[in-house]
Formats: sequence, structure tokens, C-alpha cells
Amino acid sequence: MKYLLMIYGNEEVDAQKSKEALEAEMGAYFAYTNEVETAGALRGGEALHPTSTATTVRVRNGKISTTDGPFAETKEQLGGYYVVECSNLDEAIKWAAKIPHAAECAVEVRPIMDFSQAAPA
Amino acid sequence: MRDARSVAEAVYREEAGKIIATLIRLSGSFDLAEEALQEALAAALESWPQRGVPDKPAAWITSTAQRRLIDAVRRDSTRRNKASALAHHIEVVTQNDEIAEDPDMTYPDDRLRLIFTCCHPALAVEAQVGLTLRTLGGLSTSEIARAFLLPEPTLAQRLVRAKRKIQDARIPYEVPPKDRLAERLAAVQAVIYLIFNESYSATSGAQLVRRDLAAEAIRLGRLLCQLMPDEPENQGLLALMLLQDSRRDARVSADGRLMTLEEQDRSLWDHEQAQSGAELVERALRQGAPGKYQLQAAIAALHATARSAESTDWPQIVALYDELARLNPSPVIRLNQAVAVAMAHGIEAGLNAIDGLQEQLQHYHLMHAARADFLRRLGRWAEARSAYRRALELATNTVEMKYLNDRLASLPHS
Repeated sequence: MKYLLMIYGNEEVDAQKSKEALEAEMGAYFAYTNEVETAGALRGGEALHPTSTATTVRVRNGKISTTDGPFAETKEQLGGYYVVECSNLDEAIKWAAKIPHAAECAVEVRPIMDFSQAAPA
Repeated sequence: MRDARSVAEAVYREEAGKIIATLIRLSGSFDLAEEALQEALAAALESWPQRGVPDKPAAWITSTAQRRLIDAVRRDSTRRNKASALAHHIEVVTQNDEIAEDPDMTYPDDRLRLIFTCCHPALAVEAQVGLTLRTLGGLSTSEIARAFLLPEPTLAQRLVRAKRKIQDARIPYEVPPKDRLAERLAAVQAVIYLIFNESYSATSGAQLVRRDLAAEAIRLGRLLCQLMPDEPENQGLLALMLLQDSRRDARVSADGRLMTLEEQDRSLWDHEQAQSGAELVERALRQGAPGKYQLQAAIAALHATARSAESTDWPQIVALYDELARLNPSPVIRLNQAVAVAMAHGIEAGLNAIDGLQEQLQHYHLMHAARADFLRRLGRWAEARSAYRRALELATNTVEMKYLNDRLASLPHS
């Protein structure tokens, strides 16, 4: 089963990190990605630009409306994600706990729906 | 002839957890397992009054439930795609048809799996409590709702959501691996103790002691000891509950007034139960791995075996609280210790100990209540009065509020 690991961080805190701290963090992410990949669990993942670059789109009465900023203004923001293949939630939690931002902020784990097994109506 | 209904109900009460744990393993589904057990129970109520109660009623219900489950899984898997999770289980079940033939065959590990799954930290604590009582305790949704003073639909909704999360997020049905066991066992113990505490001190409403929940928590505590006998904290938890519960008849007076430990009529204590709790914690502590339940039980045992408040070994209790605070530096533990300090070294010393906690516990009614009590004993009426008032503002339990009001009213006017 696939799980989405959503990496939350505080963009203000991240923006104030020193060059050395950012390099160390980058190194930790490379090492982590490498570990998940070697374990054969990695199914995808990306880092995102900050929410200042976000656009939220809604369609009302057939008309597209766009607003500047993320869908929800929160203290912590989604900064990236991994998709991992695991046999159960405990395994996914193990991977989530190893993501560098888990120690600093939080990682949300969500099981991904598998439509290939859906029952025919 | 035995009354079919009462036999069926007794079997359900005693065996539901055992039967359902195996049904869940076989089907991979809490819902299918519950349905199968309910159907087996209904079948028993239909068949037994006519054909007589079987020699082994529990085995009859177990094998009937397993057969119903196999039918349900078969139905389910023809409806679904072959790749569904249940298709795998139907193979397991049909290959193991002898299970249905030999219903005496039980898997103690199944109940352990069930406890760990119900108390998985990825579930909300309220859901952990509800699921544990529902599946392992065999309590009905309405019984649990009544015990927790919740509307039944609220609780039912909570259980549905939890079961859905177990299924959809794949919370594993297994005993956690060694490296996670300590942490996960602590979560199981916490749920059982929470159930007990809910019985012991209802957070709201008028009924201070809810015996059914206490009995259920003790039953679960016993089960945990039986399934994992090598964990001294399991015994510590059971001992603690037995000891606290042994005072249940003395905690509230005939007119509904809360009695402090000092005021309690010790002849009302269940000394036999207290004795077994005290022996249990002694055995646990001898294993040399003290934990918070063992230490609290040791404190409770010192109270339980003392003839009066004065003759209690207070210095030893103060020392045990030090150990407890070392494991878990919580201001509430220090507050309880302050009471023991007052008894061991005088009210002034106790008051000094509380004063160091005032800021951290400013919103905790029992801190103000303890402080008020010390000030009253020292004859500092005006300060005592304002401390009682603060405690009353924060208290929510009507029995506790009545106690505080009585105390406040009994202060002399100066």
C-alpha cells in the first residue's frame, strides 16, 4: 500500500536558517532519500517552492477564480512530500519519523487510495 | 435445565474478546468479525431453547461464529475483485477449516494482537478506549456510551471512524516488534488505567464511582498480566487498580459526601482485595524494574495496610514519590508528595512544597484544594477561604464541589 508523507515546516524558520544549516539539512534529505530508495520503498517525492508562490484556484458557476496564496493560511506549511510503499501504517510511520523535518515540525501520513482494486459497481 | 439466554449472555460476556480476536485475524475485518459473533449469538438464542444448551456453549458459539464468518467472507469475495484483501483471507480460512471443527483451539496471541491494535497510538485516545471496551470487553455501544456519559450516536460514530482507519490506513493486527514494544505496551496500560480512572473519578456528573468500568478495567488488567506475565509493570498496574478499588465503599459517605483518605472508615475497605494488590506489587518490585504503576501501587499499598492515617509510613511514601518524580517529573506527582510531606514533616513543610508548584498548577483545582486544606489546618482562615473559592471555580465534579463547599462553609468567620 502507498502512503503520502507530507512534510510540514515553518517557512519563516526555514528562511532564517544559515547557509551551513541549510546545507546540513540538504545532506540529511539526500541521505534519507537514498535510504528509502535502497530499501525499495520510494515511489516518488518532491520539494515545493514556498507558499508565497502558491495560487489557489476555484471554479464557481463555470468561472475560474484565482487567489494568491495557499488554500489555508497556517502556521506551518506543506514544503514537500514523499510517496512510499509499505505493508502497513507502522512501517509508514517509521519512514515518516526519519524525515529531517519530523524532528523540527511534523510529517502527516496519509494512505493513498488504490483504485486498481476497486470493486466493479 | 439451564436458561438458554443467561448461558448465552454469560458466554458472550466472558468469551467475546477471545472469540472476536480470532475472527478478526481470520477475516482481517472488525466489522465482519462483530457481525459473525452477533449472528452466532442470535443462532444460539434460537436453537438452544429448543434443542437444549450444548455441553460446551462457548465452543458452540465460537465454531458457529467461525462458520458464519467463512460464509460472509465467501459472499464478500464473490462481490469483490479477486485481488481484494479478503480474497487472501478466504484462502486462509478455507485452508484452515479444521479451526471451525476444533473450536477449543484458541490463540492467546490473537487477543494480544487485538489489544495492541485497539490501543494503537494512531487512533484517538477516546477511540482506543471505546474499541478496547467494545471488542475485548464485549460491552455494547450503549453500555460504553452510558459509562462515559456520551450520546450513543457520538460513541458509535467514533467507533466506526476508528475501525475505518484501522482498515484504510492499515493499522497492523500484530504484536509490535521488540524495538517498539515498550512504548506500545505503555499505550495499552494507559488505556486500561484511563478506563479505571474514568470509573474512579468521573470528570463530570454526580456519580463518583462507576463500578462496572472499574471491574472491566481490572479484568483487562488481569488479562494483560496473563498474556504478558513477564512485564512487571503489567502487575504493577493491576495491583494499583486493585488497591485503589479496595477503598471504593469508603470514598463517598452515605449522604454522597466525598471522604478524604484520612476521614475514610477503614473498616469499609476491602482488605482481602487490598492484600492481594499489596502482594502483587511486592512480587513485581522484586523483579527489579520499577515503573510508575509499581511505584504508585507501592504507595497505595502503604496506605491500604496502615491502621490509621497517623500510623501510615509517611516518610516511605515521600521517598516513593521521589522515585516516581524521577521517572516522570510531573507537578501533579509533586503535589501528591506535598500531602505526604505535610503528614511526615508537618503542615508548614507541606505548604512550602505546594508553594513551589503554584504557578505550574494554577489551573488545577486539586492544587488549590490541597493548599486550602493546609491553610485551614494552620488557622489561616482568610487565605484558606480564597483558596477554596479558587478550587471551586475550577472543579467540575459535583461530589468534589459539594466537598469543597462544605469545607468553605465550615471555616470560622474572622
